[in-house]
Amino acid sequence: MAGTPNRYTLHIDWTKCDGRGLCTELIPDLLARDKWGYPIAKTGDPAARSNVAVPGSRLAAAGDAVDLCPLLALKLIAPTDAR
Amino acid sequence: MSTHSPFGVNRLFAAGARATYRTHLATYGDLAPGSSRAELIPELERSGLIGRGGAGFPAAQKFGSVPRSGMSSLWRSSAIVIANGAEGEPRSLKDERLLRDAPHLVIDGLLAAAAVVHAGTMYLYTTAQSLPSVRRAISERDDARAIRVVEAPDTFISGEASAVVNAISNGVALPTDKTVRLTTSGLKQRPTLVQNVETLAHVALVARYGSAWFREVGSNRDPGTRLVTVSGAVPADRVLEVPGDTPVRDILRACGATDDDIAAVLVGGYHGAWLSGNDLSVGLSPAALASHGAHLGAGILYALAADQCGLRASAEIVRYLANESAQQCGPCMFGLPEMARLLERIASGDPDRRLARELASVSESVVGRGSCHHPNGTTRLVLSALDAFSPDVQAHLTGRCVRRAGR
Ligand code: SF4
Ligand code: SF4
Repeated sequence: MAGTPNRYTLHIDWTKCDGRGLCTELIPDLLARDKWGYPIAKTGDPAARSNVAVPGSRLAAAGDAVDLCPLLALKLIAPTDAR
Repeated sequence: MSTHSPFGVNRLFAAGARATYRTHLATYGDLAPGSSRAELIPELERSGLIGRGGAGFPAAQKFGSVPRSGMSSLWRSSAIVIANGAEGEPRSLKDERLLRDAPHLVIDGLLAAAAVVHAGTMYLYTTAQSLPSVRRAISERDDARAIRVVEAPDTFISGEASAVVNAISNGVALPTDKTVRLTTSGLKQRPTLVQNVETLAHVALVARYGSAWFREVGSNRDPGTRLVTVSGAVPADRVLEVPGDTPVRDILRACGATDDDIAAVLVGGYHGAWLSGNDLSVGLSPAALASHGAHLGAGILYALAADQCGLRASAEIVRYLANESAQQCGPCMFGLPEMARLLERIASGDPDRRLARELASVSESVVGRGSCHHPNGTTRLVLSALDAFSPDVQAHLTGRCVRRAGR
């Protein structure tokens, strides 16, 4: 599940994403494109790649990706201990 | 403790085939009325009952994750319990058998679960084959009238927990994107407990006879009995009730297979892993299987005959799984068919040496990138096939198949 202590995560809703890759241009340090164009987390546990860890310094850029994703497939999830 | 408690391993089917409510009561005795949360959850915890649906989650923990309903929220957000009998795995027959022969145990477990989490609404979700026996059982007793029966489509993915909720609320048995647990917000945004029907049948027995009785059979790390479905290189497909942690070999022998007949066994179903013929002494329990990179899933054993090609068998399964992708998530929609194509090429003797590495890399790339575990499970199967049948992969590169050419 999404929501990790003391860190923001960027959640990808795979049922909405169509893989045109705008987000991967906005936060290329966090997301690469796979061979079909879909975003793929560059680091972290492979099994948890629907929830990408966002360092504090990249929060604003991740927020831009959330706002600009044409399919509303991205969501920033606050740290569980900040709720 | 009731004098009725069934002795030995024959627990779930102690009332015989197609048990009526009368034989059910004569066999097991009455269900203690309204076990409370404070009583049953600790008892389930002591029992060590692990969920039988596939995820292998401790039953007590799942019950405990449903929030207590406060007075103010009672009427609006009371919990929902769903008995899940969708059994999408083509090689699993145990839930169907359970709902045919022991539907009253499942109903008891559903009633007990609903009492524990103060659920206002109960569902029983199952496939068309099981609907008649379920409806008949419900009509035989007054306490089950509130249970709503919903038909599950015959697809691989229809029993995934969020697909179950989606099917009941929208009639679409596809997984949905999740950012919170279903036990926090599920059907109609209410806390929703989805439990496999076999798990509920065991809950009904723990509620009656207690945790000490439950633990009389099975091992410390996997107490109680389990239903398994055995198919493939055995004289006939069978559903068996076995003690937890029973060695795989013993189960196969009980089904009439001999060791020499078997090249490998697929454990845990189509999202499972292959055990080679040398590893059959491993116990059928989550802990023992984990050390072999396998998991129990819904208790499926598929035996591969000694003269059968494991790569071809795996390729057929991966093709099936690719076709069963709900086509909602890109990596699953594109990745699984590609995995099937690559494995089919390896199985058919394509001499390209890069295929196995490419297959492993595509498979690893889809892990964790879908709204359900379908990509992860498919990858587990592919990687285990490449591992268990690596001599075959080498032989196929030179255009030979050790299975068909050999023995
Ligand atoms: S911008 Fe949105 S739709 Fe486009 S690839 Fe990223 S998540 Fe998918
Ligand atoms: S991962 Fe695959 S099977 Fe699961 S919801 Fe997405 S497309 Fe459907």
